[in-house]
Amino acid sequence: MSRLLEGVPKRAGVLVFALLLALLVAPLFANDYLLTILILILYFAYVGQAWNIMMGFAGQLSLGHAIYVGLGAYTSAALYLHFGIAPWIGLLVAIPVAMACGAIIGFLAFRFGVAGVYFAILTIAFAEFARIGFDHIGYTGGSAGLFLPVAQYTHNDLWNLRGRPAMFYYVILALTVAVFLLCHLLLRSRMGYFWLAIREDEEAARALGIDTFRYKMAAVTISAGMTAVAGVFFAFFYNNLFPEQVFHISRSIEIILAPIIGGIGTLFGPVLGAFVLTGLSEGMTELLHALGIDVPGAKQVFYGICLLVVVMALPDGIWPWLARRLGLERRA
Amino acid sequence: MPLDIYLNVAVSGLLTGLVYGLMALGLSVIFGVVRVVNFAHGEMMTIAMYIAIVLFQAFRLDPLVMMVPIAGALFALGYVMQAGLINPFVDRPEHSQFMLLVAVAIIMVNALLLIFGPDARSVQTSYAFDSFAFGRIIVDATKVYAGLAAIVVAAALFAFFRFSDLGKAIRACADNYTGALVVGLNVKRLYALTFGLGAACVGAAGSMLVLIIDVTPPLGPQYTLLAFVIVITGGLGSMPGALIGGVLIGMTEALAGLLFTPSAKSMFAFAILVLVLLFRPQGILGKRAS
Repeated sequence: MSRLLEGVPKRAGVLVFALLLALLVAPLFANDYLLTILILILYFAYVGQAWNIMMGFAGQLSLGHAIYVGLGAYTSAALYLHFGIAPWIGLLVAIPVAMACGAIIGFLAFRFGVAGVYFAILTIAFAEFARIGFDHIGYTGGSAGLFLPVAQYTHNDLWNLRGRPAMFYYVILALTVAVFLLCHLLLRSRMGYFWLAIREDEEAARALGIDTFRYKMAAVTISAGMTAVAGVFFAFFYNNLFPEQVFHISRSIEIILAPIIGGIGTLFGPVLGAFVLTGLSEGMTELLHALGIDVPGAKQVFYGICLLVVVMALPDGIWPWLARRLGLERRA
Repeated sequence: MPLDIYLNVAVSGLLTGLVYGLMALGLSVIFGVVRVVNFAHGEMMTIAMYIAIVLFQAFRLDPLVMMVPIAGALFALGYVMQAGLINPFVDRPEHSQFMLLVAVAIIMVNALLLIFGPDARSVQTSYAFDSFAFGRIIVDATKVYAGLAAIVVAAALFAFFRFSDLGKAIRACADNYTGALVVGLNVKRLYALTFGLGAACVGAAGSMLVLIIDVTPPLGPQYTLLAFVIVITGGLGSMPGALIGGVLIGMTEALAGLLFTPSAKSMFAFAILVLVLLFRPQGILGKRAS
């Protein structure tokens, strides 16, 4: 506990505590619609945090994180559907599968010195390869999709993840809090400092004797495994999986918008970014609906313009700017 | 004769591949000079395709004839994008540039959706069903015209970069940024010109491709990816590499569609990309980054 609080400004601690409290009691006041939006926000905060380990900490730009979500989702859903294995057990298979995939991509890329833009495009290529590949795997439904049985549940079955939005809400909230704490600890670990060194200057890090290959591999496998957990949640929350949707490049982009807008490499960035972006998106839907504008594309055009404005005005993301305003900057 | 089928498909893939190559050439030129990866590349091409469709439907103007004005319009778009949006981002980290262009891409796709709706559109020219027979090989006339046009445009671009003063100045910026500043080149303006030229390539490629495929707004991201695959296969920043990559990917997709199932054809393009990145990351004709 003392290690968790080390070097954290008091006001930041209070802020986290207040936010957590508000999120804990939210289901008492929110209806199912609002709860679903909160679930979406927390989902993006979770995957954003997982992605941030690779990009924000270790400086490796992955544009194909949908592959880990998809592998986690498909593995657990197929195990549940074909063998009746509960998602919490399926998780124990899904995580190693995604970690192995991450390790393969990482090994191939880092061994051959593929970095920067090239690495980013390699990750896209793998995700696209998986998307088209899964379209042709009959065992998981192919392009026709994989469906989990849906029924009106009167009680929540936490073990099989079948139930009402409130249950899913608490599951994803617990996951988001856990990943937040994990990232907090990782950043303060020996490995965390190595990652930052690699991010800032890989040559210099290697000159200092850091085994850059090993720590970049660690970043990609940890990030992949954590993202797979989100995939399991995704599968059981939405109950349907289509390769065309799960592995699509736009899913990968969605994942990384929140941390980039919120602030890359920060702990609050992904959380804040998820709140801002999902809030913006849903708010715009409501607003356009209220105005009676119902044309496809209108919402996304405004969304794109908002993204553009944020990227141009706050290149480091919203959180570093907000933290300065709130006087929450970390003491050196 | 099964061999005839393979030859026919291969030639057809080669001609389509030349058009792909021209599109990718635009991406390659932009990256080679400005060092920014244009994540809105395919989206810009769909804009060109819709311009071609509007001109054809309203005035019966042939897309191949309209290629020059459409390329001009895209040049203006590219110039304005670079001068207004991208120039401040040239020194920023890759993910920041990526975000900027993704935002631009989102706006472009959805603006097209807003204006034209989600239905597929195409151009029906009078020569749409014509074909040429070269011995036993029969090819669509449209693909022959498009492939030849792509070669002409690419040749014009090569000549511009090799022989004109402006082209030489742009190459100087690419080779040595500081050196270009020292000899008094207006680098920011040359960057805008380069982005404009890259966009013009896409515009020309779009007006050719509209003869070959139907266009829908979500086609953009798909072609952005295709351009990446081609450019990296051929060598990012290498101009002949983009054309060779285009032909290679075009033929691979065509033959894979014939040998396996058409829906799996892109898988082979991505497989080639992965192999190239792993064993020759600089691409077929690319130079190793120092």
